[in-house]
Amino acid sequence: MTASSGTDPLEVLVWRGKSDGRYQRFEVPRRDNQTVLDVVTFIQRECDPTVSYRFACRVGMCGSCGMTVNGRPRWTCRTHVSTVADDNQLQIGPLANLPLIKDLVVDMTRFFEKWQAAGGTFVPTKSRHDEIAMLRPSEPARVSADAAVECINCGVCFAACDTVRWNEDYLGPAALNRSWTLVNDTRDGGQAGRLQALAAHGGCTACHSHQSCAEHCPKGLNPTRSIAGLKRRTMAAYLKGEISR
Amino acid sequence: MKAARLYVAQRLTAALMAPLVIGHLAVMFYATSNGLSAADILGRTSGSVGWALFYGVFAVAVAVHAAIGLRAISIEWAGASEQAADGLMLISGSVLALLGLRAVAAVVFPGAL
Repeated sequence: MTASSGTDPLEVLVWRGKSDGRYQRFEVPRRDNQTVLDVVTFIQRECDPTVSYRFACRVGMCGSCGMTVNGRPRWTCRTHVSTVADDNQLQIGPLANLPLIKDLVVDMTRFFEKWQAAGGTFVPTKSRHDEIAMLRPSEPARVSADAAVECINCGVCFAACDTVRWNEDYLGPAALNRSWTLVNDTRDGGQAGRLQALAAHGGCTACHSHQSCAEHCPKGLNPTRSIAGLKRRTMAAYLKGEISR
Repeated sequence: MKAARLYVAQRLTAALMAPLVIGHLAVMFYATSNGLSAADILGRTSGSVGWALFYGVFAVAVAVHAAIGLRAISIEWAGASEQAADGLMLISGSVLALLGLRAVAAVVFPGAL
């Protein structure tokens, strides 16, 4: 990074402490091609080493650097300051809808527990001794799964979802999107149990289709569409008596 | 599987209401544009099995649909427990059905109520 000449420093407000904490002000020099994660890293290295945040890959693959930037949940490693700074100001807080550990670090346990509750685990039907399953990319089920499969579990959709905020039992868009990929996986043998879980209280029928998940997903996925598919699939299973009434 | 049952009931009643709402709007438009009086309207609805079925189904569908919606709202916006929300659903659905069917009876059997 090189410093941009003639540019005022960024005024950055960073959330400090737990839920009863407050925003702390920092000044950070502007750089060319500077990301929000670069800003937080600068603050920790140059201003206050006690600032806690989480990141790993820095290239939009690991999904660990989600934060609330100027009111919107974002992946910070791929968010350029120039696209989000408001009058040279940034307000950086933790992701919403998850328990805050400290500063910008949230506890993702609940997020991944919901993955498991939504039947997000692949249930194999073959062993290593069987032939490798043939999957045609053009099959409709595979096309549906492929459209949803690139989720990196950053939690941005979970933080953006109104229904997650209102209903603590709701599984949330990421977990349901993951289930949709498995519902469309012809190799999977856990469909009955999965559909049962998806049709229960807090499952796919709790979604109000506000589409905040699709609006905020940094990968450009559309979990609302996945959940709509799950609603159709569970409704059909219910009417056919394939899940308990 | 109560969540699935309620979801199916709310979607089916929504599918029922869609054409009924259009029919109702058409009736209202016809009645007002032709200047029908209350007596004219009652003359058409009195003893009519067709209008009784049309608005009877409409009233029941509204009661089921709205009560399930109020259940979800009470859980999400008021933090109600499932049991409390179920109670609200039953009470609101019953009241809506009672009021709706009473109104249907009033135009199909005028003078009987």
